[in-house]
Amino acid sequence: MHNMNETNMTSQSQLQFSEARMAEIRELLTHYPENQSRSALIPILHMAQSDFGGWLSVPVMDYVASVLNLLPIQVYEVASFYSMFNLKPVGNYLIEVCRTSSCWLCGAEDITAHLENKLGIKVGQTTADGLFTLKAVECLGSCGTAPMMQVGANYYENLTISKVDSILEELKKENKYSRYC
Amino acid sequence: MPKVTIDDISIEVPEGTTILEAARMIGGDIVPPAMCYYSHLQGTGGYCRTCIVQVTQGSEKDPRPMPKPVASCRTTVMDGMVVKNTTSPELLEARAGVVEFLLINHPLDCPVCDQAGECHLQDLGYDHGKLETRSEFPRREFEPIDIGPHIKLHMNRCILCYRCVKVADQLTDGRCHGVISRGEASEISTYIEQAIDNDFSGNMIDVCPVGALTDRTFRFKSRVWYTKPVDAHRDCPTCSGKVRLWFQGDDVIRVTSRKDEYGEVTTGPEGNPEWICNTCRFDTKSVHDWEIEGPSHIQRQSVISANHYESLKALKVTTERMYDANPHGTKVDLGEGALDPNNESK
Amino acid sequence: MSAKILLALDHIEGIASLPVYAQHGGYAVLKKVLSDISPQQVVEEVKISGLRGRGGAGFPTGLKWSFLARPEGVPRYLVCNADESEPGTFKDRYLMERNPHLMIEGMIISSYGLGANTAYIYIRGEYFYIARILEKAIKEAYAAGYLGKNILNSGFDLDLHVHVGAGAYICGEETALLESLEGKRGNPRIKPPFPAVQGLYNCPTVVNNSETLAAVVPILDKGGAAYAAIGIGKSTGTKLISASGHINRPGVYEIELGIPVEEFIYSDEYCGGIRNGKKLKAVVAGGSSVPILPADLILKTAEGAPRLMSYESLAEGGFQTGTMMGSGGFIVMDEDTSIVKNLYTFARFYHHESCGQCSPCREGTGWMERILHKILDGHGSITDIDLLWDIQKNIDGKTICPLGEAAAWPVASAIRHFRSEFEEYVLNPHLIEDVKHYYRLQTT
Repeated sequence: MHNMNETNMTSQSQLQFSEARMAEIRELLTHYPENQSRSALIPILHMAQSDFGGWLSVPVMDYVASVLNLLPIQVYEVASFYSMFNLKPVGNYLIEVCRTSSCWLCGAEDITAHLENKLGIKVGQTTADGLFTLKAVECLGSCGTAPMMQVGANYYENLTISKVDSILEELKKENKYSRYC
Repeated sequence: MPKVTIDDISIEVPEGTTILEAARMIGGDIVPPAMCYYSHLQGTGGYCRTCIVQVTQGSEKDPRPMPKPVASCRTTVMDGMVVKNTTSPELLEARAGVVEFLLINHPLDCPVCDQAGECHLQDLGYDHGKLETRSEFPRREFEPIDIGPHIKLHMNRCILCYRCVKVADQLTDGRCHGVISRGEASEISTYIEQAIDNDFSGNMIDVCPVGALTDRTFRFKSRVWYTKPVDAHRDCPTCSGKVRLWFQGDDVIRVTSRKDEYGEVTTGPEGNPEWICNTCRFDTKSVHDWEIEGPSHIQRQSVISANHYESLKALKVTTERMYDANPHGTKVDLGEGALDPNNESK
Repeated sequence: MSAKILLALDHIEGIASLPVYAQHGGYAVLKKVLSDISPQQVVEEVKISGLRGRGGAGFPTGLKWSFLARPEGVPRYLVCNADESEPGTFKDRYLMERNPHLMIEGMIISSYGLGANTAYIYIRGEYFYIARILEKAIKEAYAAGYLGKNILNSGFDLDLHVHVGAGAYICGEETALLESLEGKRGNPRIKPPFPAVQGLYNCPTVVNNSETLAAVVPILDKGGAAYAAIGIGKSTGTKLISASGHINRPGVYEIELGIPVEEFIYSDEYCGGIRNGKKLKAVVAGGSSVPILPADLILKTAEGAPRLMSYESLAEGGFQTGTMMGSGGFIVMDEDTSIVKNLYTFARFYHHESCGQCSPCREGTGWMERILHKILDGHGSITDIDLLWDIQKNIDGKTICPLGEAAAWPVASAIRHFRSEFEEYVLNPHLIEDVKHYYRLQTT
């Protein structure tokens, strides 16, 4: 998980991948045939979301379009299709609780209700301090270890109320940012 | 050339012809309705599912039926293929189901929609739909927006046929609108407020099968059935210059491309679609700018033909023909083709 | 071969690293194949093995491979479908997390057989941490000379890359996956053309599930015939089953195809019976898309024969009394489970995951969810149940891709087998305790 303290505050004029990221992107582009650099769009959107505050603003998407020499609309179309791309700001930690069948069977609704209670927000909302956003998501492939939630790239499984409490405490203490990559 | 049989009518068609195109070659009632397919735009079709047909025999070589209905616009004819459209009650039932889906979120605001009278969804509803809706839930709602000075987007009415996106892709540089979000939330959008403006953007209005994209310069000016379409042309440096002028009294209140019986832009001598430019469409509305060719031929079943706009000329011919046909009779059936200007030359 | 083929090594400490994997015979099959076996023979062995696609469709893998077009001078691609997203399914995740090299070795052998010089692993974005595990393993394989140019001096080149998605169930559909891999929205393509002719970048492409590709290693190790000897009838070999829900031992199990369902549910080797001593009510045997079956029909066929964990036996009785193997996502529900609520979670899922391209799925999935929500809220009527039935029927078979069917079948089967429960919900909602969680009629 990256600590993105600095980049989170990036203003629009400063939109620029770091040199390390650019190197990563150059390597990424070698994965695809020369005339197919568009293939790198989703991986680069992940990077942009991680580096520029956890969500994809229009300037961020336009920047990605310029990196890949795409029309901005081609980026908007893709970014708005996939559920992992946030088109609105999210809290430092995005908590995603699975709600589909097996997780529901094993008590996911109790976990969500507890999180709502504890954080004082409803699903889809962000805490006033901007620390947590709560999201209900569809099956994350953790059905045998249900109920579960994902925070950044981390899976938290076999959740109980007390386990959720200690995870929240830990996240607060760390005071970082949840990112997928 | 492969031979295909559609609703018991056989026809030989060139290799690679789709079932829908083969049906159009036969013509008449057996032609499946198509809301998203557009022959002049590459990669259209397959989305709306209204043109589904039943293939009861795959081909001469492999006579097995296809297990599910197929989109006739995207299925290529095989030699010996047998297709059922209007002759299959199950298929018609399935199509009615598709129509129901297309309508559950449609606002049914035809009384205030500029497309009314030339709307393919209206026709589809009449021909293939059910009388009542079974959905009791609120419809999807979007605010109408202006995309540029000339075009109004009513997303509520959109059936996501993708035709306008293909127009932007294939006719213009730098597409700036597309399909945003996914599933039921999908919408035609520029995502950010942005004007769509280029020489050919107006063709998006012509390809739109519903009232989602309408001409702002014509907005609320009239109902199409009160206007009289006339074919005209001019020497245009940008486009074919072949248009249809829509008159109200002596005024041209709308300019569109010319359309064939399937609602598609007509083709020129070399088979090229006669798209028109925005200057012809939006900025050339003085009758003096145009060379008039004569009344446009509108399909008889269209509500637009109900105002007898071709009246004088057509009626004269018709009266003579009526007399020829039945000089001693008193009651003449003013039936099929009587007002069809195609018959005038005969 | 024992029934533990794919998971034979999963308990070994450090098996995700190449040295440990190699110590336990890893990449020996690749070496043997590249030195002794022709590409055609690889395809032939897979055909003989009777291996069927493990992602859900169950299509014979060898046959799929034989459709691959091989025009001169056009690259061919192999793509691993690791977009595991079918609710109830988590076996690919387990396999890739525990033993990534097995699947990688399978991909190298498969690419050799297909003549592909570039291969991709398309993995769902949520599995980012597994993508990292795979990337590390791929790096090791490059360093060891199992990937790259002139692999083990065979003259065969292969580049293998991991490509992460970004949250879309539909990308498990192979043409949507290819669109996504090309950097587009995950809209399924209209077929034909099939990927075998025009796939990735319009080139001939084979897309196979992770487990399918991993199974290629044991098949080439012991031979297709030996693999075909495992299992029952046309259900050859072993299958990873993801077991979840109200059972004592949820997890991923490798079974020999053909063991009785009853054994799978109640044996301590597998699910270990129903949690808290409850009775079995229903099972979704192959991931959310397949028809749900009540206890009596999942344990025995309508004819009274024991139901087996095989493609044929699970499907016996058609949709009237049978179900499907699907992806092997085995969701077990105890006697207190609300079938209506469970169905609601499925309907909500498909509504959320519909790509929106074709009308029946775009409009129908949300409609079904809303009706189920209304029923759960106690405002339903008998006509709502009939309407649900009609909607699923109007979606089924009318869509571009199988997501339509996947959304329709759970609704159809739940109504078919549990109609009385739906009626209870609409006629006597006040009698149902805690409608949101469980289904239990009040006794007083």
